[in-house]
Parts: sequence; structure tokens; C-alpha cells
Amino acid sequence: VIAGALTRRQFMQVSLTAAGALLADLRLPAFAASVPAGMRTGVDLGVFVRVEPDGRVVIGARGCEIGQGVKTSLPMLIAEDMDVPWSQVAVEQLPYGLLPDATAEGGLKPKYGPQGAGGSTSISDGWSELRQAGAQLRYMFVQAAAATWGADAAALTTREGRVLHPDGRTLGYGELAERAARIAPPAEALPLKARTQYTVIGTPVRVADARDIVTGHARYGIDATLPGALVAVIARCPWIDGEVGRVDDAAARAIPGVRDVVLVPGPKAGEPFARNLAAGVAVVADDTWAALRGRDALVVDWRKGPWADASSADLERRAHAAFDASGTIVRSDGDYEVARASAAHVVEQRYVVPFLAHATMEPQHATVEVRNGRARLVGSLQSPGGASRMISAMTGIPRLDIDIELTRAGGGFGRRLANDFVAEVVLVAQAVQAPVKVVWTREDDMRHDWYRPFGVHALSASLDASGRVTGWAHRTAATSRKYREADMAEADDWIGCADPDNFPAGGVANYLNEWRSVEFGLARGWWRAPLHTFSAFAVQSFTDEVAHAAGQDPVAFRLALLGEPRELDYRDHGGPKFHTGRLADVLKAAARRIGWGRAVAPGRGLGIACHFTFGGYTAHAMEVEVGAGGTLRIARCVCVTDVGEVVNPLGVEAQMMGGTIDGLSTALGLEITVEGGRVVQGNFMDYPLMRMQDAPDVEVEILRTDHAPCGAGEMGIPSAAPALANAIYAATGKRLRKLPLRAQLTT
Amino acid sequence: MATTVRFRVNDVEHVHAGDPAMPLLWYLRDHAGLTGTKFGCGIGACGACTVHVEGAAQRSCMTPVASVAGRNVTTIEGLAQGDTLHPVQAAWIEEDVPQCGYCQAGQIMAAIDLLRRVPKPTDADIATITNLCRCGTYPRIRAAIRRAAAAMPVTEREA
Repeated sequence: VIAGALTRRQFMQVSLTAAGALLADLRLPAFAASVPAGMRTGVDLGVFVRVEPDGRVVIGARGCEIGQGVKTSLPMLIAEDMDVPWSQVAVEQLPYGLLPDATAEGGLKPKYGPQGAGGSTSISDGWSELRQAGAQLRYMFVQAAAATWGADAAALTTREGRVLHPDGRTLGYGELAERAARIAPPAEALPLKARTQYTVIGTPVRVADARDIVTGHARYGIDATLPGALVAVIARCPWIDGEVGRVDDAAARAIPGVRDVVLVPGPKAGEPFARNLAAGVAVVADDTWAALRGRDALVVDWRKGPWADASSADLERRAHAAFDASGTIVRSDGDYEVARASAAHVVEQRYVVPFLAHATMEPQHATVEVRNGRARLVGSLQSPGGASRMISAMTGIPRLDIDIELTRAGGGFGRRLANDFVAEVVLVAQAVQAPVKVVWTREDDMRHDWYRPFGVHALSASLDASGRVTGWAHRTAATSRKYREADMAEADDWIGCADPDNFPAGGVANYLNEWRSVEFGLARGWWRAPLHTFSAFAVQSFTDEVAHAAGQDPVAFRLALLGEPRELDYRDHGGPKFHTGRLADVLKAAARRIGWGRAVAPGRGLGIACHFTFGGYTAHAMEVEVGAGGTLRIARCVCVTDVGEVVNPLGVEAQMMGGTIDGLSTALGLEITVEGGRVVQGNFMDYPLMRMQDAPDVEVEILRTDHAPCGAGEMGIPSAAPALANAIYAATGKRLRKLPLRAQLTT
Repeated sequence: MATTVRFRVNDVEHVHAGDPAMPLLWYLRDHAGLTGTKFGCGIGACGACTVHVEGAAQRSCMTPVASVAGRNVTTIEGLAQGDTLHPVQAAWIEEDVPQCGYCQAGQIMAAIDLLRRVPKPTDADIATITNLCRCGTYPRIRAAIRRAAAAMPVTEREA
């Protein structure tokens, strides 16, 4: 590799490979002025782009690909303003990257920008920065061509990876690579393409790894190993905060291939979940099967810990009882109690939502090597930065000396935002002084998760004599999402459970949102579209009930509550504003698409719901048929979304389709319960994800708007469950207020 | 324990001298380097580990290596002929089926088995596939199976 001399302001380090390829390692400052209002301003970032002499462009993908499509959509942003056709682009996964920076907190800064996957932020984070990176590369090729031709750069244009001279001459980027590598990058932000000039953004692009996936060659974290790595499985204490008592490992050690049996310390009861979730005993072996057999042969006496008598039934009783005492006021507009006292009619209902496991198809796992003052991790991650910090904290190895390889992940859904599985593999590797891969079985994964919080939502609406809503109260009693976190502030433990700026807040003069925390021992985490999965179910089901109680059409009723198109303050992710008109637009489009208001056959019903989250607006409308004995068929399922400008319509459609089915699957069949202090469910037999026979086709309609892009990973879920429950009510007259729904259909 | 099991995987001879009760899944992944076959549940409930034994779909997590002695196993890595994809694989790309992609090897193996038995499947036939997809790609899987059914000459289905 020939080192490039181009270090102007150290924005970009460009070099030529021996084969004549241009390597651009960009380090752009944050171009705050080019970041649309309401988006995060970026950190310094580098982008790896390689231009081959034949013109092929290899673009590095920085994000964790968990199925949300960032390995395709983020490189599309670079290709657009670089002005190369997607057909000439190959995508390569980047590792996790850090650079020393004395001025940054902790002396480090991200090398490639944000790499984690959470909160549907990848597109909004990358929108300006990655496009700017592409524009800067394009600038260098134009300058290189100008120098080659002795032409005025201002007269040159680009098209499909070539620089065009007004006289008709052209040069390909590949031909220009060597010269472009000697061009100083621009010091200031360049203008980005206008929407009318797009050739990549907004076009349907298929999954970048598709061929590797369908041929079995795509690499997932669980497929990886490291030289000399042993395989471990861990028997974890099934009781929350329990401990390992006496261990008889003689039979386990007698299994051929078992190398060692080591203790894995767990968190102390009540202390923050800083590392792994449970104490256990690891069986370390030559291969997975020997480790599994060894674990089966272990005899462990567990000490049950402080939650040994915990049960879901008791938790639900306590949550209901919590409403007898006063709660924390999270938001109060006007005076709900005054409105209620003077109401002509009051509607009150409670909705119950269960704990959920993430159940990624690829169970948790990780492979680590800690040797000679360095560490190496490979696994399916959502928070590689967190993994880096975890390993450093546990080993004392500086973060710059920790290499983290990113792979495709077999789903994330928020499960891998925690790095407890990384902590575990480090503990085992330290104990056996060898590289180790820890594999979780499905039962391990389902019983040691960071569960979506359980909650009871008590909603009240006061109506005047004309059926107009005068007051609205949403009181939540739930297991707090922020539980045993190191940085948890007790005062705001409603965050992640209460949704105070959600519809219809801002549209009702007297609005109250209250919070009550209910104690329970299970760890809680972020679960795809976290609190919105339950707040939308409660609010949009209740809205339907109030509409019916007021004798109003559920769509017209919602539109009246949304009121005039306007922006309202919104403090959660996706804020700082929520636009009532955009939510009304997706609602109206969904109603139109399903044929809202038409007569349906006996046993059938139409249901509708809408929700705003993470900057995106989505509505679902469904037609269901409930047969004798409670058999449910979803005859039609419509999903309309407005996620602002669309980078990859095929990807957005996939996220909406999949999000909808995730929402339906969860609403119909899924819950995690606890009996005798242990999680009951263990595998897909008792955690029945939706299968092909029950999955409807999803009619996805993407409203093309000019609003800032916001990602699409989470917006497809929240309104699916209430639309389904509302449709079941329309079909049967039966209002289901507790999730999951399926068992209640037959009773 | 001293038994050896001989069988073929993707037309290559394999000899397993370890525990004959080892599930084929772990043999493929840990010993044959064929990691395209995925671990999902270990109890035959999800189908991520689906392979073909003598052309018929089987869940490799529930298949002891000893039970495939003398038989031909095909995994996801064995479907393409050189650079030419199996029509089901091609249809999967065309319909842009994968999201996370983890279950898709099993889905493809199950789909090929269905098309072998039912060359022109109805939605009801497709609904007999019980493989799980946590990302919810079922609508596109249905579309890809229909596409593959239209594209496949009968002879290829026997492959």
C-alpha cells in the first residue's frame, strides 16, 4: 500500500493499493448546517470506500445488520451522492471502529460513526453524513478528470460512475482512481443532490447479502469461531437472583470432549445488571454437542434467591391494586378530575399486556479471545460500543486493543442491545484461559432475557352530552423498564413504560398521564418499538371503545381528536414534534384502502388503528373473520406508513410487512409468565410465533412525502395489535382487553 | 462409541467417528464446516435446521448422525450448481425475501421439498410449511414459492 500524501485538515486519508485501487478513509467533521432540523448532529465519522480500477465500487457498511436492512440502505446513501449506479456497488461489512482522540470523552471517537442498531436511527443518523461522504468522493473524481483533461472542473458533470466532459469525452471512476487519490478533499460541506437528481435513493434495491443468504454462505455470529476456540454451554440458575449451590460435575467431565466445568458468577441480588443476568455453571468442550451433553449430566443444587415465590398472577393482582394508591403525574393538562366530575358520560377500561421475550431466531452466543493484552470478539451484536466497553471493564484491556468483528445477526428486536452474553463469554474465557464460544440454547435464550415490561393500563375518558371528549386519563401500573440499571434515576422510572405525549395528548383539554411502578424481579429491556407496542394497544383499543360509547364512527372520532393538522410537542424518540396531520393522513389512507364503512358478511368485522413512533406514522386496517369455536382468519390486512423520504422502498415495505406480522404474532399468541419464581415458557411450543398458515398478506402503502427520513424498523408494529382487536370486536361484539388474544377467542 | 458412520453430504463422502447420537445439525456445523444449516430451537419446532435426506426435508436437530448412515444429505450449500442457483434460490432473491435471513436456508429447503411433492402448490399447500420466521417474511416466501413453481420444469424438481 502506498501511503497517500493527502492529509489536508486530516479530513480524508486516501491511499492506493498495489493493485491500483483507491482507498478512501474519510474522516468528516459533523456538517451541522446540512443536518435537517430535528435530527441528531453527527459525530466525526469515517467511511470506507474502495474504488477498483475496473470501476467497481466497494462500499463499507458500518451498521449492525439485524434484518432491518442497513447493510443495503446505508451504502445506498454513499452511492447516491458519489453518483455511482448500484449495479457497480459491492458491499462489505466494516468492523467496529474506534480512533484515539484526545479531545473526546474517554480519549476515543467512533471511526465510522454510529454503528449500533436501535431506535430506528440509522437512516436519520446517516442521511446527511454518508451522502456528504459520497459527494466528497465525487468531487475528487471530478477534480481528477479536470486535471487529466486540463478542463475547468465547473464544466464537468458525472453520471453512473463516470465524469463527463462537455465535448463528449468521459472517464470512469476506476480509470481516475489513481489521480483522484492525489486530490485534496474539499474543506467545506458540498451541496447534496436534489431529490429530482436521485438515481439510487428511492429506487427498489434488494438485500445486499441476498445471494450469500440463499446459498448458506452468509456469516452470522453463531457461525463464527476463532482458532482453538472451545464451545461452552451454561446451566444458568432458573430462579431470579438465585445462586449456585453444590455442584456435582463428575458425570459431565466424563463425557468425551468435555474439557472443563467452571462457575460463572452472577449479579448480586438487587444490584445493577452490569454484566450477565444469572449465576451458572459452564461446561466447556471441544464441540457443541459434547458441551450440551455435559450440561445435561451436571447435578446442580440451586439456591432459589429472593424471588422464589414470584408469579405472574400475583403480579397482575398487585398491578391492579396499585391504582388504589396515588401515582406519579407524568403529564397533566387542564384538570382531568374536574372534567370527569362534570361529564355526561364516563368510559373506563383496563388493558393488560404481558412480558415478552425477544426470541431472535439466532439464539444469543459470542466468541471471544483474550490473549497478550488484546481481545477479539465476534458475534451478533446490536451495541458493539457497549460490547467494547464491557470487555474493557472486565479485562482492563484498552478499548483500542479490542477488535470486534461484526456479522449479520439472526434478528435483534432489542435483545442484543444488552451485552450480558458478551460478559458471560469473557467470564468463561478468563476461567479456562482459552478462546471460547458460548452458545445459548432456545430455552436459555427464552428464560434469560431482558423482557418487555408487563403492565396494566387504566384509561378513562369523559364525554359531554354531545359526545365530545372533555377529558382523558391514562394511568399505567407496570414493571418499570428502567430496572436495576447502573445509571437509573429513580424519579423518571416511567421512561420506557408511560407515553405521555402519545395521541390524544394535546388534542384533549384535560389530559392526565400517571405512572405507578410495580416491583418484579425479571430483567426488563427494549423490545422492538418498545413501549409503543403496549401504549398503542391500550390507547387505540380504548379510543375504539370511546367512539362506540359516543355513537361515533371510529375513524371520524380519531380524526376529530387529532384536530387541525399541526405540530405538537413530543419528548420521546422521534420528536421533538408530532404532526397530527401526518397521522390523520395514514389513517385516512388505511380507511380508504380497506373500504371503511362498507357492509361486511356476518362473522366479519373491520378494525383500524394508528400510531406515531420514532418519527414515523403508521395505520393498520384489517378485515377479520371469526368462525364457530373462535377460529380467526385475517382476511385482509392493510398497513399505511409515512416514514418521510424513502431510501429503499423494497426495504420499507419489508419492514412494514414484517413489523405487521410481528405485531399480529405477538398479539395473538405470545406471553412470558412466571410461576414459582421461574419463567414458564422455554421454546416455540409454548411461545408460538405465528407460522405461515396464520400469516396474512400485508397490503403495504407507503405515502411518499418530503419529510426528513426516519428509518422504518419499528413503525410497522404498534398499531397492528389494536387494529386486530378492534376488528375482532366489530366481528363478534367481544372486546378483548388482555394480550395475548388467541386463547380468549375460544372461550 | 467405536462405531463409525459413513454418509454423503452434498456429494462428498463423510465419516463420523464420534457419538452416533450427535444430531446431524451439530455434525454439519461443528465438524463439516457447513454453517448454512442453522440452529434455532433444538426440538424440531422452528425448521431453521432443515436439510434433505435422500431428497426429503428433515429437521437436522432431531436427526442422529447414525440415522443417515449410507444416505445422501443435501444442505443449503449443496443446492446451486456452480454459479447457477436452484430456481427456488433465484426466486428468493427476486422476491427479496430475506430480512435477517437466519431462517431462510431452512425455508428454502422446506420449499424445495414442497415443490417436489406438489409442483403447483396452492396457498393451502404452502401453509403446510411450518418453518418459523421471526422477521415475518411469510408473504414474500409465498410469492417466491409461486414464482419458483412457475419457473421450474418438472425435471428440476427431482433434483
